[in-house]
Formats: sequence, structure tokens, C-alpha cells
Amino acid sequence: MGTPAAPGLPVTDIHPPGRFSAVRLGDLWAYRELLFFLAQRDVKVRYKQAFIGVAWAVLQPVFMMAIFAVFLGKLAKVPSEGLPYTVFAFAGLIPWLFFANGVGSASDSLVTNSNLISKVYFPRLVIPLASVGAWLPDMAIALVVLAGVMAVYGLAPAATVVFLPLFALLAILSALAVSVWLSALNVAYRDIHYAAPFFIQIGLFLTPVTYPATLVGSRVLRSLFALNPMSGAVEGFRWSLTGAGQAPWGLAAGSFAVASIVLVLGLVYFRRVEQFFADVI
Amino acid sequence: MSSEAPPRPAEAQAPPRRPIAIRAESLGKLYRVGSTQGVYRYRLLGEELASKVRGRGGVAKAAGTFWALRNVSFEVAEGEVVGIIGRNGAGKSTLLKILSRITPPTEGHVRVRGRVGSLLEVGTGFHPELTGRENVFLSGAVLGMRRADIVRQLDQIVDFAGIERFLDTPIKRYSTGMYLRLAFAVAAHLETDILLVDEVLAVGDAEFQRKCLGRMAEIGATGRTVLFVSHSMPSLLRLCPRLILLDRGGVVADGVAHEVVRTYLESGLATAAERTWPSPDLAPGDDTARLKAVRVRTDGGDITDEVDIRCPVSIEVEYWHLAEDPAVRPSVNLHFHNEDGVCLFINNDFNDRAWWQSPRRPGVVKATCRIPGNLLAEGRIYVTAVVSTYNPTVVHAEEKEAVAFQVVDRSSGAGDGVRGPYVGDWPGAVRPMLAWTIEPPPPVE
Repeated sequence: MGTPAAPGLPVTDIHPPGRFSAVRLGDLWAYRELLFFLAQRDVKVRYKQAFIGVAWAVLQPVFMMAIFAVFLGKLAKVPSEGLPYTVFAFAGLIPWLFFANGVGSASDSLVTNSNLISKVYFPRLVIPLASVGAWLPDMAIALVVLAGVMAVYGLAPAATVVFLPLFALLAILSALAVSVWLSALNVAYRDIHYAAPFFIQIGLFLTPVTYPATLVGSRVLRSLFALNPMSGAVEGFRWSLTGAGQAPWGLAAGSFAVASIVLVLGLVYFRRVEQFFADVI
Repeated sequence: MSSEAPPRPAEAQAPPRRPIAIRAESLGKLYRVGSTQGVYRYRLLGEELASKVRGRGGVAKAAGTFWALRNVSFEVAEGEVVGIIGRNGAGKSTLLKILSRITPPTEGHVRVRGRVGSLLEVGTGFHPELTGRENVFLSGAVLGMRRADIVRQLDQIVDFAGIERFLDTPIKRYSTGMYLRLAFAVAAHLETDILLVDEVLAVGDAEFQRKCLGRMAEIGATGRTVLFVSHSMPSLLRLCPRLILLDRGGVVADGVAHEVVRTYLESGLATAAERTWPSPDLAPGDDTARLKAVRVRTDGGDITDEVDIRCPVSIEVEYWHLAEDPAVRPSVNLHFHNEDGVCLFINNDFNDRAWWQSPRRPGVVKATCRIPGNLLAEGRIYVTAVVSTYNPTVVHAEEKEAVAFQVVDRSSGAGDGVRGPYVGDWPGAVRPMLAWTIEPPPPVE
């Protein structure tokens, strides 16, 4: 069972860290199984000790939807583009909760996995990626619940639903972009651990989750939404699932651009500091 | 295995014509102490500012650097099994961490041919909530095994660990022994071209260690390249035809195992009679206590690494007590081991009952344990120093083999030693002078 010397053995060169190091996504591909196992571990462990287990994946968005529907929909009469407010809020909450939960756990992920980082080599990026990926099943479950809620109101998913994967990709991209930054910063600055939940809460109000982007009258102000990658994802989810309102292509394009730039810069930063994780953590 | 010579290693192979698996050139690793690595190190923003304002009491943070490794060059041929020895802090673990790419070198270069697997602890990646089966896959993936390899070897792994019945039980319900067996079983089936192993065997009971050692020997015999770091000289000698001796971050000797061992023992590089740490930053410990010094002293107060078997010897431990809470009462315990790794006894400073109950205050505490003469056997005694608190048990500082000393028998047949007039071999892990009562036959009328 030994692995005798074959001429084709991979050669690894270990150098002191240089000023510029390429982001090696190929390395990440080689460790895709680890990525999967870590994400699977996070999903399993998350609900294993909980009494009602996976039901939390359903309860969290449903409770939030109910509270928003009462206070914002019924009492504050926030416009909802002709949709029942419940459906309106739920469709927006699905990508938002994915983002909030994903970023929330990913920002702490490197620190909580410090035992791995100080004992084994693998591309460190695997950890925050797995952490975000572990929330994909919850998003899928929530989508099924949404279909049920829509059915209650006699609504069926619109034909525009074919564009949903595009906006799901945007939500994933946004979550990764923010997670890559926060997880790496958190290793050196534990402030992130306290700051992240706070900013995620603020983000809920800066993103058109509970209100339509059109609520903001001024076009100039509204264009600021494009700086927030999640606004494109949220508006896109809602539009593609229900077909209500205008297709948010402009917003989505802006969000895509911003998310990509943040992600690429984040990867460069991550790559630069990941080598020191084991020394610092 | 008591006093017989360590098992003879296979003769070191003739200078290898085989391809080189690892070539390290002028490796160096600089650590910064109490300062920053670039701007990147763990801290809270503003923490430094705050500490300047408050003027931190207790521990002074000495900013400085030290080379954990410097100018280290060596080559390892494919299929070689090489042991790395050296006392604590010699740079052994840093070297393995660089070779396994956990941390980058500060200078120098390594070229590695082949896939590298590193076993720097038992149970890497294990999660208590997951079942044995789930953990095998998770830990395997973490160590670098492919899913297909794990599936193929699952039966062997489970068999080796002997936990068939509990495969689908969360491992938090496992006993320590089961946990260790499963963890080692996964690691032992890692099939990379190069294997880096650090002290993995230093856990578990003697029986388990023997099993692990056997498995490591098997792996070494499969033609894979193995680098093996251990404190345990007998196991290194058994497994490795070649040893590399590190001290203070440099290679001191590199060659045939038993020659390197001789150099090691003769050079005084082996654990000495005194071990001190210049500042709390560099010392083993946590926020409650950090070791400052461990010394072996004669009754006359001299530091010595050679003790007459008839004379008492004292182990003196100084530690920085850092906790502000007077109710936090750390206690020093000393573990005495002989050359075979047998634990002779453990002793604790709570034997001083008054001290045990008394409230504490920050500062340097000195605890001295006196061992009477005519108790230890001849040979080398290794002392591990630990500072811990109880209920719950928390180990704050630990230094394995902090100091060592040689017990020599110079008793002259004058009746003051246990061996009396006898000069031959005298087995036994300890050699206490016990009281005898003799009833002679009644005098002949």
C-alpha cells in the first residue's frame, strides 16, 4: 500500500511570504471535498443539539415575516408593490437571512476553527466558504416554505423564476465577499466578533427587505442602493419569484459589480494574511 | 523494558542514491514577541492604547524577536525515516509546521516532492457532536485523504480502532481510550508520500502507545518518507535509522541514530538541571500562571545535574502568579519519569496544607519539593512541571521534561546505601531505603 516514488510526484516549493502572491483558486478546487465535509459538519452540528432541530430553518423566517407583516404591513402600511405584504417580506427575507446568517457565522469561522489552522495545512479560504455554504440548505427550505405561503394567497411563482438562480448567485457572491474580509480581519482584530452582528442588523434597514426600493423617492438616493450588493439580490429574488414590480436589472448590475470588486479585493487581502493565521490565531 | 540497552536500529542506509523528497536550505523562522507581525496579529483595536493609559501592572510586555529556527539545511531521500530530537524550544515543532505549510519560513527555502500529510496531534478535525463514522470522514478530509480512499479503508480503520459497535454514536459519548484509538486509526491510514509526525504517540496508555508505535514502524517499512518528532528516545531509536538533533533553532548533529543520541546525551543538550524563562511572554502558561524557573538543587543550594543516590535533592519551581482574584489558588505539581518513560511518582504543593488554603496575590511564587535520599534509583530522572487549579481542573502552565538530573550510586559498601556491599545490577524503578527488623536466632548457650 506504499506509494513508491513515481516520477510524476507533485513538487511543492515553500518560500518566505512574498509581497505579491497569486490567489490560487486551483488549490481550492483540490480541496473541494474538505469544503463539502466542513459545510456538512456545520449543518449537522447546528441543529443536532436543538430540540426542534431543523424546524428552526423554517421558524426563523416565518416569525420574522409575521412580525414585519403586523408592524410594517398592517400598522405602518409600507407599500408592497401590489403583493400581499407577507409574501413581499418573505421573498425579501430569504436572501437576506442567508446573507446575515452566512456572514455572521463566517466572520467567526477562522477563529472557531483555530485548532485546525494550527495543526494542518489546507487553503484557509475553505473555512469561511464552508461556513457560508452551510446556510444554503436553509435557503432552499425557506424557498419551499415561501411556495406554500404564496399558495395560501393563491399565487404561483411567476415565469420570471427562471432568473432566480442568477439572483441566488448574487446573494452567495455578496455573502462571500463580506465573509472573506470579516473572517480574515477577525483573526487579527477580535473587534469584528462584536461589530459584525451590529452591522448586519443595520444592514437589514439599509437593504430593501421590508420595503420596496421605490419607496425612496429620489433617484439619486435610490442609486445608492446599488452600492449595497444585497439590495440587488433582495429586489431580484422578489421580482423573479413573484413577477411583481419592475425587473431590477440596473440595480442588480450595480450590485454584481460591487460584490465582485469587494470579493476580489477580499481574496487578495485574505491571500496576503492567511499565511500568518497559524502564528496569530 | 527496564535497564537493557535501547533496541538497536537498523543500520543507516548507505548514502542514498534515491531521489530527494525534502530539501531544506537555510531555513529560518523569526517570531516576534509582544510586538507585531507586520500589522497583523491578534489584538483588540485600541487595546494597546488602553494599556498605555493604564500602565499595565504585572506582566511587562517585552518587545523583541527570536529565531525559533535559523540556518537549518538538510536533505531527506525518498523512503527515509528520520527522527528529529532536541529539547523543548529547540525548534522541532516549528520545523514540522514549516514543512507542512502551516506557517511560512522567514527565510530559506524548502522543496518537497510528493504529497505531504501531517499528524501534529491526535484527533485533528474531530467534532464531539458527530458520530464516529462522520468523524472518520471529516478528520480524513482534514488530513488530506480523498473521500474514495476513506470509503475504501473505512473497514480497516474501524477494525484498527475496535469501535464497530459505536460507529454511529456521537464521539462525545466515547471513552478517552476509544476516542484516541479512532483518532489514531484515521491518522494511521493516511497514505501520503511524506508523513510528518509530532509527538502523536505521547498520549494514551502504554498498551495504546505500543500499538501506535507498531503501526508507525509498519508505515516506515512501506517505503514512504517519514519525519518523526518525539521526546521518547527509545521509540525514536526503534523507528529511525537517522536522527537530526536540533538545538536553539539550529542543526547540531545529523547522522546515524545511535551516534546522534550519544552526541545528544554527552553535549548537555539533553534536558539540563536548570530551566529559566526570561519573561512571561516567552514562558509556558496562561493568564493565571506562567513558569519562571525550574531548578534541581542539592541541600547545599547548588544547582546540579548529578545527584548522589544517598543525598536529598530539591526541585524548585518559580512561577509568575498573574491572576488578581485571591481565590484563584494555583498549585505546582511535579511528575517524575525515568528514562523508560515510566512515571515514578507525582507530587503536589498542596501537601503544604496551610499554603493550599491561603489566598493568593500576584507576584513570583517559589515552590520547592524535597526528595529524600535513598529513594530514587540510578539513572536519569526527568521532571515535568505543571501549574494547575482544581475543581474544575485547569492546567495553566506545563513544561514537559523541564529539568533532568542523573542519579549516581557512589555508595561504598559502608552500609549507607541501599545496595550495601553488592556492586552488580540493581533493578527497580525506585530504590528506597526501607526499614527492616531482624529477629536473630536465640544465642547459643
